[in-house]
Amino acid sequence: MQSLPLKPPRSRIHAADLSADEFAAVEAALGAHRGRPGALLPILHAIQDVLGWIPPGAVALVAQDLNQTRAEVHGVVSFYHHFRSTRPGRHVVRLCRAEACQALGARALEAHAKRALGIDFHQTTADGAITLEPVYCLGNCGCGPSLLVDADELHARVTPDAFDALVRRARGNGA
Amino acid sequence: MNTSVRVHVSCDASALALGAGAIAQAIVAEADARGVAVELVRTGTRGLLWLEPLVEVVTPVGRVAYGPVTVADVRALFDADFLRGGAHASRLGAIEQHPFFARQQRLTFARVGLVDPRSVEDYVAHGGYRGLRNALAMESSDIVQAVIDSGLRGRGGAAFPTGIKWKTVHDAAASPPSALGSESSKYIVCNADEGDSGTFSDRMLMEGDPFCLIEGMTIAGLAVGAEQGYIYLRSEYPHAHRALEAALANARAAGWLGADVHGSGRRFELEVRLGAGAYICGEETSLLDSLEGKRGQVRFKPPLPAIKGLFGRPTVINNVISFASVPIILERGATYYRDYGVGRSRGTLPIQLAGNLKYTGLVELAFGVSLRELLYDYGGGSYSGRPIRAVQVGGPLGAYLPESQFDTPLDYEAFSAVGAMLGHGGIVAFDDTVDLFEQARYAMEFCAVESCGKCTPCRIGSTRGVEVLDRIGAGIERAKNLALLDDLCETMRHGSLCALGGLTPDPVVSALKHFPEDFAARTAGAGG
Repeated sequence: MQSLPLKPPRSRIHAADLSADEFAAVEAALGAHRGRPGALLPILHAIQDVLGWIPPGAVALVAQDLNQTRAEVHGVVSFYHHFRSTRPGRHVVRLCRAEACQALGARALEAHAKRALGIDFHQTTADGAITLEPVYCLGNCGCGPSLLVDADELHARVTPDAFDALVRRARGNGA
Repeated sequence: MNTSVRVHVSCDASALALGAGAIAQAIVAEADARGVAVELVRTGTRGLLWLEPLVEVVTPVGRVAYGPVTVADVRALFDADFLRGGAHASRLGAIEQHPFFARQQRLTFARVGLVDPRSVEDYVAHGGYRGLRNALAMESSDIVQAVIDSGLRGRGGAAFPTGIKWKTVHDAAASPPSALGSESSKYIVCNADEGDSGTFSDRMLMEGDPFCLIEGMTIAGLAVGAEQGYIYLRSEYPHAHRALEAALANARAAGWLGADVHGSGRRFELEVRLGAGAYICGEETSLLDSLEGKRGQVRFKPPLPAIKGLFGRPTVINNVISFASVPIILERGATYYRDYGVGRSRGTLPIQLAGNLKYTGLVELAFGVSLRELLYDYGGGSYSGRPIRAVQVGGPLGAYLPESQFDTPLDYEAFSAVGAMLGHGGIVAFDDTVDLFEQARYAMEFCAVESCGKCTPCRIGSTRGVEVLDRIGAGIERAKNLALLDDLCETMRHGSLCALGGLTPDPVVSALKHFPEDFAARTAGAGG
């Protein structure tokens, strides 16, 4: 995509909002996807896959690159539950709240998880280890309750004890 | 032993969640330690989830299954000479003869769990791409006619005749590509945003037999004259994402996708796009907006996507199972497929048994089987051992059915006659500890979380619905609030732009109608 002639150099106006690593991640995402039809979601995924979230400074950078307004890009980021506008903990635990898991005790597991971690959904434990998020179905409906740790670690038939063990392991892992 | 024995362990997400990854590693490690040659093949799942992790050994007398296998069993399995089908407590024999499997009619899922989902060669060896070969020799209008004649209806839930949709796109004038960012004059889009709780057949197929979906979409491209397809996959399915990317790369390398599909001179390209955790993007027009890089908001219809869809072009948009049902229709003929089923529900439905059932998994059967047979003959009753009290069919927008309706046959029309919906074929069973008031409240809460916000009945009505239910639960002005809930549900049903707001009243009203005892005040209130 062509740059508009009056566009100021993006490094000058936005570098202050982003760390060098964050800036590099956004540049890489734009470089990989900007020419594709409907490029915004692939770009946002690529940023979050690397950084774990979409920093506010990235929104301005992406908007400028795609010739969209910041409001448009912010509107997309905030519409989708998957995209985070705050930095997550070292591990993200996504707990299924949907009916098939409810039929096997997901409501009790949810209450246990919030109590054990001392946080509500969309919050991060004080030690920065765990972010708890709700998810509405992981497609593991034959053997719930289900949860997903980070990108692809799916767990089935999760009991409160199994949840505690998962959390202990995640904390032990550090990063 | 100088030839290696093939051992199959699933890499399906549910099987992995139940420990299949550790079993695969343990088998390889034990084989190495014993100096035995084993060729480990990672397949999809056979769909008997309570038997996962399932291990199948290819022996001279056929595949012998063992399951569920624990890591602690692996050494004993080698001691029992399982590589030659030896006896062990977990030995199940041939899965095809297992009672849960033997009575199924697997057309769409014939290869799932059987083949290596990354291998084009394995797919072709098991009958894959025969439908596409036939289609390449046909006129496009004849392909469309075959799909119409098969009676196939959209398996995503709306049950619209697939062939009619294809005919509309086939007949639509192709406009030349413009500068709008579109590279094709018509599009094929697969709705793989399987968001309904209790459904996982799309995921199972994409992880277990992705070439079947790719073949179905390629046939659709030939039928309507589209050269570009997109699979819109929900981001909650990382395993399916990997399986699809691997299959697409291999199909391209083998010449089944690209500029010259199987030497025909016809072009068809296919790409996976990830959603981002929005249930509404399973609604087709929201999905198209999302694919275009926007908020996934519902579009007004008309125009239909078949006339003005992705990037404003005529677009076929179908569910995974709809596309995956097409190869066998083109392979065996429309009549073969249409001969399964009842009434206007033709062919087979991959049914998903989920929630509180003893035997959960995938059951593919011709339409017409009763809910009761599925719950008890296949499902084995509840997992908890308590009586089954309520069943929700068709996802979070589906009605709650009481025991008196368990004899309803699985048929689109029979379900609508009892105010329910077959949807995508997911069946979620609840035992007698379920609180239907809480389920009704959850339905409204879910709608509030997932509403795209475009229309008022859905956006505001769902939040007001939670509040009204909370007042009923608290015993505040009960009669007045029940009347208000009824009125609100009517407004949402008739005033919403799409099925999210329009069908959210179904679980609420059915819960109240069939389980009124759960709606008594739960805390001391003012009465009313």
